[in-house]
Amino acid sequence: MEKNELIINLEDIAFSYPGGTPVLDMLNFKLHRSNRIGLMGPNGSGKTTLVHLIMGLLKPSAGRIEIFKKSAVTEKDFRKVRGKIGLLFQDADDQLFSPTVLEDVAFGPLNLGKSQDEAMDIARNTLKFLGLEGFEDRITYKLSGGEKKLVSLATILAMEPEVLLLDEPISGLDDKTKATLKNVLLDLDLSYILISHEIDFLADITDSIYTMENGKILIDQEIHVHQHVHAHPHGAYAHKHK
Amino acid sequence: MIEELSNGDSLIQSLDPRVKIVLVFLFSIVVAVSNRLPVLMWALALGLLIVLSARVPAKELLRRLIPVNMLIVFLWLFLPFTFAGKPLFYIGSLPVTREGVMYAASISIKSNAMMLMLIALVATTSIFTLGHAMHELGIPKKIVHLFFFTFRYIHVIHREYVRLLNSMKIRGFKPKNSLHTYRSFAYMVGMLLIRSLDRAQRVHNAMMCRGYKGKLYSLSKFSLKGRDVISIVLMLAVIIVLGVLEWKKMN
Repeated sequence: MEKNELIINLEDIAFSYPGGTPVLDMLNFKLHRSNRIGLMGPNGSGKTTLVHLIMGLLKPSAGRIEIFKKSAVTEKDFRKVRGKIGLLFQDADDQLFSPTVLEDVAFGPLNLGKSQDEAMDIARNTLKFLGLEGFEDRITYKLSGGEKKLVSLATILAMEPEVLLLDEPISGLDDKTKATLKNVLLDLDLSYILISHEIDFLADITDSIYTMENGKILIDQEIHVHQHVHAHPHGAYAHKHK
Repeated sequence: MIEELSNGDSLIQSLDPRVKIVLVFLFSIVVAVSNRLPVLMWALALGLLIVLSARVPAKELLRRLIPVNMLIVFLWLFLPFTFAGKPLFYIGSLPVTREGVMYAASISIKSNAMMLMLIALVATTSIFTLGHAMHELGIPKKIVHLFFFTFRYIHVIHREYVRLLNSMKIRGFKPKNSLHTYRSFAYMVGMLLIRSLDRAQRVHNAMMCRGYKGKLYSLSKFSLKGRDVISIVLMLAVIIVLGVLEWKKMN
């Protein structure tokens, strides 16, 4: 694996939902190995559409999608892609469909052709890695919002992907779960695209932040570390400094 | 909503779920076609015995029996008066017929006997074990999947319903017998349907992303043990005896 191998290459992508105005318009995007890209943009600017196009859940009306240097057009092409790229959905209830946590985490590995024992081992280890030991037999719909998010991440990581697409992973989470998620993402040696509205979170765990507007990806903002001094009108709880 | 009730270690709980499903199915068929009162009474007694040995808490048992018996109350309101036959006595000028009473009684006993057996089955088996057992028994994949997804998403849809209802309430909605009420409820039901459809699409997408190819895998393995075989033999014998008792009447 070369360090700067081109993993995802989107060229001149256009997309519009039936009867709607174009969501993506001549969009170009590249992801290289070990890139960690943050993606911001107003609601409806096409961030989710973009990651769904990469997974082949939506088909572009024009343009080329190249993933791992192979052009991806048909459902068959994307099936291979889905074994290597994991998408974390916005709503964990969409992702967790099995009755118990262990079954849900084992679902991906089983689909990839692992034996039942292997799949169970992978599932247990993944849960352990995320600090979710003892969750195996928990009922998925009874988990809290933060637990659901972490278990969803486990279901993706269990497939041992090379790239993660994270669609607003921290919206609605408390600070503790956010911190857990941040540490997990920093520990993993994976490339990812992270969609979020929180610039602080993005600045902490991505190398560059892209902005989406008018169906295009606009500018490449390198992260500049800077210090600023400010007062805390709401006390220390508002946020803490390290 | 649908929960596993008993977490004790009763014999029934440890039985192979496939055995339980098959036996409950056979029992229900025999009871459903039986009409003789003694046969039905025995069936009811058997149902009671099994539920008791499954150690289902009395409160939960009643909570599940009440809806069925609510329907039966309505049968008792109409059947004795409308069934043709010998009058037992009169209420006002309405004759209460012997055949009508017998018919209502047999329906009551039948439904309760079957309900007791079903409760014993569902209360001692988790829903997903039940689903996998159905799959093992060769029940079509689509039905098993429907069963799983209904169980998983009924909570989510219910929560969505409560959210919609609350959002109506906080804006001062009070159900009345008015066009506004009916229209609002229709909007809500429509919204629920659309949201369920959208969610189904998203769940399917999420499954595709994890390599779903139309197959669900089961992590539980089933094997027939000695006590399963003994239960099959015993219960089959009882069911056959019930069937024979019913059939002998015909001759």
